[in-house]
Amino acid sequence: MTALKPGVQAPDFCLSTTPDQKVSLSEFRGQPVVLVFYPADWSPVCSDQLALYNELMPEFSGFDAQIIGISVDGVWCHLAFSKDRKLHIPLLADFEPKGAVARQYGVYREKDGESERALFVIDSDGVIRWSHVSPVGINPGADGILKALEAMAGVEKAVNV
Amino acid sequence: MDKSATLTQPVTGRDHVEGSADAPLTLVEYGDYQCPYCGAAYPIVKRLQKTLGKNLRFVFRNFPLTQAHPYALIAAEAAEAAALQGKFWEMHDLLFEQQTFFRPDVVSSWAQRIGLDLEKFGDDIKQGVAENHIKEDRQSGIRSGVNGTPTFFINGTRYDGSPDYNLLLAALESEL
Repeated sequence: MTALKPGVQAPDFCLSTTPDQKVSLSEFRGQPVVLVFYPADWSPVCSDQLALYNELMPEFSGFDAQIIGISVDGVWCHLAFSKDRKLHIPLLADFEPKGAVARQYGVYREKDGESERALFVIDSDGVIRWSHVSPVGINPGADGILKALEAMAGVEKAVNV
Repeated sequence: MDKSATLTQPVTGRDHVEGSADAPLTLVEYGDYQCPYCGAAYPIVKRLQKTLGKNLRFVFRNFPLTQAHPYALIAAEAAEAAALQGKFWEMHDLLFEQQTFFRPDVVSSWAQRIGLDLEKFGDDIKQGVAENHIKEDRQSGIRSGVNGTPTFFINGTRYDGSPDYNLLLAALESEL
């Protein structure tokens, strides 16, 4: 299974984010979207991938980009995890059918029953402009995402130091 | 296999450095004073410094996870304000050694403990003189691929192993 590549239209989906709310990719048409597929909630580190992106919300907002997390965990798990880690990123439950959206994006790990640690940056027309699959033990950080957003914005920002 | 991320901002005079510029090994840490994993890494770094001696240059840069750790920024500001009085490492060390006791209301007494001019310290913090330095660290960290705290860079390449003494030592020695 290989991750969808740049140039492909990002498959639409509609997943629950809380017990009574659903989120579709298409509702963000008109702004960039960063999809963060990750294996599971409750990783043992306080500074995991989601905590990092949570910290960098100002940088993503600077591009008017919507960041969304997706794992196979259910909504109650997401709620508890989000509250515990004080996350402002919507977490979607790719729960039923299990991993269906991850499969559509080519990032489902059948053997483990979890998605890959994969990033997709989607433009305001819904086209994938950058994707990256990280070894599951390595947090890919945010530099690739920001570079992709900058390239899309057509502005090469000088490193601000 | 993915090549690991690289440091975009080299070590310069703006940095907090222990060790000499011509040491063959440079270890840069992006850290958060309230992060327990950085707390756990602190004695490991000290051990590495002891073992590698003159071969190691250690650099600390700020990456406070302000959403997850409410005191991280205050602690970073305290260390940077101490830096303005030439006592960065004293405050940095104290913050990690006493990590579990840190609260905003102990900052003054800790500044006193390390012999800082309290008036200047207080003024500097109020005026936010540390703000730019911390922002610069955060930006260079983001660009360099910091992916959590602590994130270590060995001679400019992000270390992706676990922050275990033996593994870090091996990774460092392999660069000698």
